[in-house]
Amino acid sequence: MSSLSTLKVVPLRRDDPQAAAVVATPAPVEAVVAPVMPQAAPVAGLAQLWLDRGRSVAASVLPTMLMIITLLFVWQLSCSAPDASFPSPMKVWEESHEVIVHPFKGVSLDLTGLHIDDQGDVGIAAHILTSLSRVMIGYGMAAVAGIALGVLIGQSPFAYRALDPLFQVLRTVPPLAWLPISLAIFQNAGPSALFLIFITAIWPIILNTASGIQQIPLAYRNVARVLGLNPVEYFLRIMLPATVPPMFTGLRIGIGMSWLAIVAAEMVQGGTGVGFFIWDSYNSSLLTDTIVALLWIGMVGFTLDRIVAAIGRIVARSN
Amino acid sequence: MKQRSYLAIEDVTVEFPTKQGPFCALQSIDLSVERGEFVALIGHSGCGKSTLLNVVAGLVKPSRGVLFLDGDVISGPGPDRAVVFQDHSLLPWLTVEENVRLAVDKTAGDKSKAERRDWVLHNLELVQMAHAARKRPGELSGGMKQRVGIARAIAMKPRILLMDEPFGALDALTRAALQDVVMELQASLNNTVLMITHDVDEAVLLADRVVMMTNGPAARIGEDHAVAMARPRDRLKALDMAEYAAARHAVVHFLHERYRNPTVGRAA
Repeated sequence: MSSLSTLKVVPLRRDDPQAAAVVATPAPVEAVVAPVMPQAAPVAGLAQLWLDRGRSVAASVLPTMLMIITLLFVWQLSCSAPDASFPSPMKVWEESHEVIVHPFKGVSLDLTGLHIDDQGDVGIAAHILTSLSRVMIGYGMAAVAGIALGVLIGQSPFAYRALDPLFQVLRTVPPLAWLPISLAIFQNAGPSALFLIFITAIWPIILNTASGIQQIPLAYRNVARVLGLNPVEYFLRIMLPATVPPMFTGLRIGIGMSWLAIVAAEMVQGGTGVGFFIWDSYNSSLLTDTIVALLWIGMVGFTLDRIVAAIGRIVARSN
Repeated sequence: MKQRSYLAIEDVTVEFPTKQGPFCALQSIDLSVERGEFVALIGHSGCGKSTLLNVVAGLVKPSRGVLFLDGDVISGPGPDRAVVFQDHSLLPWLTVEENVRLAVDKTAGDKSKAERRDWVLHNLELVQMAHAARKRPGELSGGMKQRVGIARAIAMKPRILLMDEPFGALDALTRAALQDVVMELQASLNNTVLMITHDVDEAVLLADRVVMMTNGPAARIGEDHAVAMARPRDRLKALDMAEYAAARHAVVHFLHERYRNPTVGRAA
């Protein structure tokens, strides 16, 4: 019990505005119930609620905004000399103007879906979308295989002793080191790029799933034995729900790592994707384009992490 | 042919392998419990009473000896021997209703869905927890969780109800309320119950027999005291009864004179 509740704490963020909103709700509820002020009270309560909500959002966003402004200011000051080797924010804005303001060049959305122009010159968002589609395939395969292998070594001590040393060694191999091997195996840039993402993302998924299963409290297993659950029922009713929090910790680390691997993967692939964009801008000495791409990668990676975390919360709540 | 008791524990020895060789937790235990009888097992911590309960539950295999329940050999865990665990062991991702429902689905699979639902609610009503059917264990107090734990166990219609220090983690007032719940249930359902406790008053108030265990290792049954108080029992009236005082006297003397707490004895 206690171990599970500690695990559950991990994906929850207590300081987000949602939590603050929940805390703020009792005020209007009481006001509605009070018969003395039939009309004014709910309005005042609602206004108070929005004020509280706005205040809590401001309290969490303000420090971030201040930090960004300070950072830009310091960066601008330190790189504003005419012979500075690193471009200042203003210079990035000027030189990469086209990249910044037209990210969706070459992307079209119609009823059949999203289309990316494959004739070379496309905006950065198009490269990002191409990268994302690769990450989704590679990561999707890593998630399925990783959870399956995690369940295997988590519930079988024999499989654990057999495979865990192998996984522990392989997981330390950096994405780029897999590149030659991946090319040798697949002889083809497309699949080897996907393999690179797959092999980078799978380890934390396997290991967190396995440790989640190993840490299922004895109490739950005893309940299952007393109730006489068969292996399938045990898997669905006890093992999976009890493992959701650590499993999603693994999936979260995994999505972050697969996004990390994308640059390496797209140096193999070439032609499209944000990794290629960086490689290409480096070769063309367009350092400001690289900076813009870095910001995009960071923001997309952050969003991916938040999406997986949110899915984890929804799954943990619903099962 | 010898007539066996409803629950017959015959010459059960439990040894656990350790690095220093086998550790003998229970030594040649013989215990008989009749149908409808409420037996409390009492002893100091570490005397192996939980091990004995786990052997009856089938969660621990005896190294030697055999157990019969209503003529059938106990060979593994099963829903005919429902356990109320000390830590309640409710599954935190299921609601109260779903926790009980999981047990009912396994034991009353032949009933219709509506019948099973009603049976779940009926049992929650017995422990006064129907109002919290949709809540999750995390939203309940310790006493409420244990009420649900009891509901889950009795909803399985077990042949014997095993309670492993069910109220050990609760405060004294909550514990008294839960003891009253158990007495009410016992009056209406007349289950066969084996309960572990280290609370003398609880043992004497609830049980028909208090079985006292010697200190481990190699714990045995030291004394077996029948509590001759009429039912229904009332905790206030019991205080003035000679039988209550006699039973209490016997248990306290056993625990604190003949078999003192081993850790206290060592420190002295």
